Amino acid sequence: MAELFTVPAGVISTVQANWQQLLGGLKITVELSVFGGALAFVIAVVLGLAAMTRFAVLRMISRIIVEFFRGTSLVVQLFFLVFVTPVVFGWGSHPLVFAFVALGLNYGAYGSEVVRGALTAVPKEQWECTTALSMPWVTKIRRIIWPQAWALMLPGLNSLMVMLVKGTAIALFIGLLDLTSVSDNLQKQGAERFTVYGISFVLYYLLAMAFSAFLRRIEVRAQRRLGLKPTKTDTNRATAGALA
Amino acid sequence: MSSPDLSKFAATSGTSGTPRIVFEDVEKRFGKNVVLNGLGFEVAKGERVTLIGPSGSGKTTILRLLMTLEELSGGYIYVDGEPLTHKKADNGKRTALRPKEVALIRRRIGMVFQQFNLFPNMSVIENIIEAPVHVLGQSKEEARSKAQSLLDQVGLGDRGDEHPTRLSGGQQQRVAIARALAMEPEILLLDEVTSALDPELVGDVLGVLRDVANTTDITMLLVTHEMQFARDVSHRVMMFDEGHIIEESAPDAMFSNPQHERTKKFLQAIL
Ligand SMILES: Nc1ncnc2c1ncn2[C@@H]1O[C@H](COP(=O)(O)OP(=O)(O)OP(=O)(O)O)[C@@H](O)[C@H]1O
Ligand SMILES: [Mg+2]
Repeated sequence: MAELFTVPAGVISTVQANWQQLLGGLKITVELSVFGGALAFVIAVVLGLAAMTRFAVLRMISRIIVEFFRGTSLVVQLFFLVFVTPVVFGWGSHPLVFAFVALGLNYGAYGSEVVRGALTAVPKEQWECTTALSMPWVTKIRRIIWPQAWALMLPGLNSLMVMLVKGTAIALFIGLLDLTSVSDNLQKQGAERFTVYGISFVLYYLLAMAFSAFLRRIEVRAQRRLGLKPTKTDTNRATAGALA
Repeated sequence: MSSPDLSKFAATSGTSGTPRIVFEDVEKRFGKNVVLNGLGFEVAKGERVTLIGPSGSGKTTILRLLMTLEELSGGYIYVDGEPLTHKKADNGKRTALRPKEVALIRRRIGMVFQQFNLFPNMSVIENIIEAPVHVLGQSKEEARSKAQSLLDQVGLGDRGDEHPTRLSGGQQQRVAIARALAMEPEILLLDEVTSALDPELVGDVLGVLRDVANTTDITMLLVTHEMQFARDVSHRVMMFDEGHIIEESAPDAMFSNPQHERTKKFLQAIL
């Protein structure tokens, strides 16, 4: 019995001593997730739509960007942004901005494959109907294809978002005090490791689940609008397809 | 069939003497598979023509070429004397039209598919007003009141606000017909529009189409296995085999006294 009580006591004292720093780290992680995720979404939509136009040049540009950001390491991309662009292009900025640009580009490239996959998955007959009704490209995408693809892409975007939340830990590499850096620092300063990393685990998990639940709600609404019953959560299948 | 002489209406495009549809030396290949080769025919304004023939004879391909859902491999299609997707340049060379030009002519054509393909992200009436509002630029109110009278016409006046999936197949197909008609097409293409329906639902859909045939002068190209319907509404029947018209005549003559051996066999098999 005594054992059981000593551990929580240690946890409580560790939390009491460090909660402000942990909260600060969480704040940075949330910011990176929200802004990185928003930028990634915009990039995913733009690149995904570009991949579907009848203009070969646009399709090719989209392809190259996607291949580049998927095919190279996120950490190297981040280092490049932080340490090379200021020297070569004279773009200096806050490391937070660089981290969120790197996250946006990298996850946006993955996301564009989800978007493209969803647009392609809208039945061919729906596309043909829009042609039979003489709809111009923008109209057919905006009014008919996108609303259907939207429901299809959300599971894939959802699991990418969960990965992005965890991926924000790259902030550690450029000295940002996010949740991972803070945990690391506290541990180095002698805080109890089990507790510090345990708290970090739980916070990441809760954060990821919060985003996931939010996107899941949007997905259910999108499916209802199409007259579908909400499907069971099966984000893994959709992502596996998109990342293959 | 010889190719029609187009020079006679080259200068009078759009006048009443011009055929609504002209196929000239049309060729369609899928890879190495030549589906249509040297196909030529004309359809007059207001004429209703039924295409019959065995599976794979090219009927759907012909409608899809007209709807620009397939790319023409060779030859020309004219609508009201105007080229649809390709034109003969002054030097006689065959050149593709720009997408904008194609879009302009395509607006005169509407199509109803075997699978109704209503848009699942919209209610029934929104399905109908979508293109009139966003393509023809009608106001929402105008499009809505027109859509309502179309819905009344197809017997679904009280179902406009429902989701398409709550309707039966036959009802969905009637909405699809209303949706095509809302674009006020000069040409309506109907590809086996009752083939996906349960037998008891076929009658209502054919009834709506008979009504359209009797009350409008829309030119129709239809593919159907409903021979009585074809007999009642069409002016002419064309029998296809392997991409060629092997026989054509008025429906009565075609169905009661077919000339070609293949036609006899085909009609025996389906009647
Ligand atoms: N998208 C396609 N790709 C390859 N071949 C095709 C395609 N569409 C049609 N074909 C081929 O073209 C030929 C004509 O097909 P089509 O669908 O026009 O026939 P049909 O007369 O409508 O037949 P059915 O009565 O079965 O509907 C067939 O040999 C078919 O295999
Ligand atoms: Mg067919």
